[in-house]
Amino acid sequence: MGLVMGTFSLQSKQVNYHKDKADDDLEMTMVCHRPEGLDQLEAQTNFSKRELQVLYRGFKNECPSGVVNEDTFKQIYSQFFPHGDASTYAHYLFNAFDSAHTGSIKFEDFVTALSILLRGSVQEKLQWTFNLYDINRDGYINKEEMTDIVRAIYDMMGKYTYPVLKTDAPKQHVDAFFQKMDKNRDGVVTLDEFILSCQEDENIMRSLQLFENVI
Amino acid sequence: MAAGVATWLPFARAAAVGWLPLAKKTMPKPPVDNSSRSDEILYVNVSGVRFQTWKNTLDRYPDTLLGSSEKEFFYNEDTQEYFFDRDPEMFRHILNFYRTGKLHYPRHECIQAFDEELAFYGIVPEIIGDCCMEEYRDRKKENQERLAEDTEANEATDAPLPPHSTSRERLWRAFENPHTSTMALVFYYVTGFFIAVSVIANVVETVPCRPPKGRVKDLPCGEKYQLAFFCMDTACVLIFTFEYLMRLFAAPSRCKFMRSVMSVIDVVAIMPYYIGLVMPENEDVSGAFVTLRVFRVFRIFKFSRHSQGLRILGYTLKSCASELGFLLFSLTMAIIIFATVMFYAEKGTKGSTFTSIPASFWYTIVTMTTLGYGDMVPNTIAGKIFGSICSLSGVLVIALPVPVIVSNFSRIYHQNQRADKMRAQQKVRLARIRMAKKGTTNAFLQYKEDRALGVRATHRGQVLTSETPNKTKDPDSDNTALCVKNRSAFEHQHHHLLHCLEKTTNHEFTDEMTYSELCMTESVGFRTSRSTSLSSQQGVQNNSTGCCPRRARRRAAMRLANSTVSVSRGSVQELDTLHIKTTSIASQNRSSLNAQASDLKLNCGEPDFTAAIISIPTPPANSPDESLPSSPAPIPGILRNTRARAFTHETVKISSL
Repeated sequence: MGLVMGTFSLQSKQVNYHKDKADDDLEMTMVCHRPEGLDQLEAQTNFSKRELQVLYRGFKNECPSGVVNEDTFKQIYSQFFPHGDASTYAHYLFNAFDSAHTGSIKFEDFVTALSILLRGSVQEKLQWTFNLYDINRDGYINKEEMTDIVRAIYDMMGKYTYPVLKTDAPKQHVDAFFQKMDKNRDGVVTLDEFILSCQEDENIMRSLQLFENVI
Repeated sequence: MAAGVATWLPFARAAAVGWLPLAKKTMPKPPVDNSSRSDEILYVNVSGVRFQTWKNTLDRYPDTLLGSSEKEFFYNEDTQEYFFDRDPEMFRHILNFYRTGKLHYPRHECIQAFDEELAFYGIVPEIIGDCCMEEYRDRKKENQERLAEDTEANEATDAPLPPHSTSRERLWRAFENPHTSTMALVFYYVTGFFIAVSVIANVVETVPCRPPKGRVKDLPCGEKYQLAFFCMDTACVLIFTFEYLMRLFAAPSRCKFMRSVMSVIDVVAIMPYYIGLVMPENEDVSGAFVTLRVFRVFRIFKFSRHSQGLRILGYTLKSCASELGFLLFSLTMAIIIFATVMFYAEKGTKGSTFTSIPASFWYTIVTMTTLGYGDMVPNTIAGKIFGSICSLSGVLVIALPVPVIVSNFSRIYHQNQRADKMRAQQKVRLARIRMAKKGTTNAFLQYKEDRALGVRATHRGQVLTSETPNKTKDPDSDNTALCVKNRSAFEHQHHHLLHCLEKTTNHEFTDEMTYSELCMTESVGFRTSRSTSLSSQQGVQNNSTGCCPRRARRRAAMRLANSTVSVSRGSVQELDTLHIKTTSIASQNRSSLNAQASDLKLNCGEPDFTAAIISIPTPPANSPDESLPSSPAPIPGILRNTRARAFTHETVKISSL
């Protein structure tokens, strides 16, 4: 156990080998990111050491370089939704995970987001979701952003649905959403409105508890 | 789904939180995971080499042995590890598959061994990584081809004829595999001889013979001895026609036969003769007829049925068709180019033989194949230059496809050699198997005799000492005990199994000799069985149509006459068993071994005959058995009858089973 801990307690460093133009492809694979120490991660997140170890093992196996870029992310996510096109939603998800906007998800980002989603408080979860919906990160969700998100979700369903998907289904969905969330009818949803509306909705509250034991 | 995807599933599920505010209904309940979520290290011991891996790693592929609950069958409680009695070297690759998601094929391993390991661990070979897939596929194909060839070779030639084959099938088989029967072989050689004769006749026909009296010019022999050649030709064609019709009749699929190459050759070989018969002696037509006679030379191709080498050559050429085609195409291209060039180069010169481009074709071909007849020679300098380039390039172009053809031929030839070698090996192997089987049967028979001896010994012990027959001081029994002990546990159990089978079927195992004896002793001792007081029963017995019961009876009599040890033992045994198992249905005695159940369709005999028969006199004098009680000294005549009676009763009993 101590050995395992010792292996993990390495300082975070970015190892970058700069090659000439011809080795551009190589550069990607040479980039190797090591996460912060196990102790630090344990302090920052709500996971135990064991859980972090399991998560990291899986992560490292899939991405030996230590980072996930958007294409890989889209690929992975699409495998769970073979019926439809999950790339748009995956793009939004990627942005939500990549809180530092570096263009790639490191293990810390991964674990932090998971910690919020699975072990966070209701407030944190809702805030994360708000960030997901707020594509341009301006603090407001407007109808266009919401429509994009909803359309992306409907895209994941694919063509063959029952009942048949109508073209204005996303729009209707967005309208219903705004009806519920936009308290002051100003056309945008702020964080507070969002959290308040969700807390009023029993369904949402109940559903939030469902994802406790995913790990 | 790939293994890696399983790793990301928790994250994907977590991300579903993002849908919650949009959902109009409650989310469904998540599945309850009862299994322990904590990850642990598993120990896998493969033939002593200990591997350790996370449980998660193995769980990645739940439809394999290691990923499913199937591995629990191999769990060793004492050592707290999973033990597999398999190759540890191969297991390394298997485990790497779980770790990395890619299955690699080790090049130095035998393909079949690898396949077997994969099958054992429940891994589908299709997931071999791209890096190793080609190599795997190639070797697998090679192996399959070899196996297919071997089975083909096995089935094709030396398989014994199915028992109920029609004459047509037999005929076809005789044609295809001449060495199966003497007649076929004779026919094979006769046709070969006549093919040779026909071909030689065709050749000699054209040789100029001395002219007959009154003529100056040399005549070809064909015209001088026209009648003789005609008779020979007729005979050959008759034989060929007969052969062709026989083959046509015997062929399993006539359409397919008619389309096969050999059949076409046959037809082409004999058609000219018939056409010649039919054709009138017309001048114009006979010109065409003469051309037809050329086809007679195709008779030489009939030899390919007789020579495997020819067939191989033909097969090689067929398989190299693409290379040959390429050669032809490239040659054509080169010929056209050079012919054109030469023509224009030599156009100006006087008396040039290069009159046209097609005429230059001839020069180009002759030059490229380095023949160089010299009938067409360039005179201009340009012509000579191009001519030399032509001959140099010709060498190169022709040399290219030749190695391909040669390697193909070599491969096919070696395959054939291997097939022959396999056949020879197979014969040896079969002989060895037969010997081993005989060894086992003999061992079993020996075991039975020893058992009988042992039984006798114990019985003697019973009678003499009237105690529990555990310890008899009889030297025989000690010997038998020793004999019994020297066999392995496996043999014991095997023999016990065979014994059970005997009991189940009420038949006994015997060896070839005794069986043939059975069949041979038809004529001996038959009549003796009739003249007994129990003739009524025997009458019933005699009504049975099976020959074997009678034979067996005779055999029993024969046994007495021969008084071989084994026979006596056998008869002893039958009486012994009768004696010991008074109430139970007596076991099959050896003499009724060959009786078919259907033969013994008798009315149920009365069971109380058993008692009467048990008190029947003892076995022949040479047997040292005095243990049977109430056994008056036998008189051979009576003995025979009683034996027969015993047998009769036996058979009656059998039928009542």
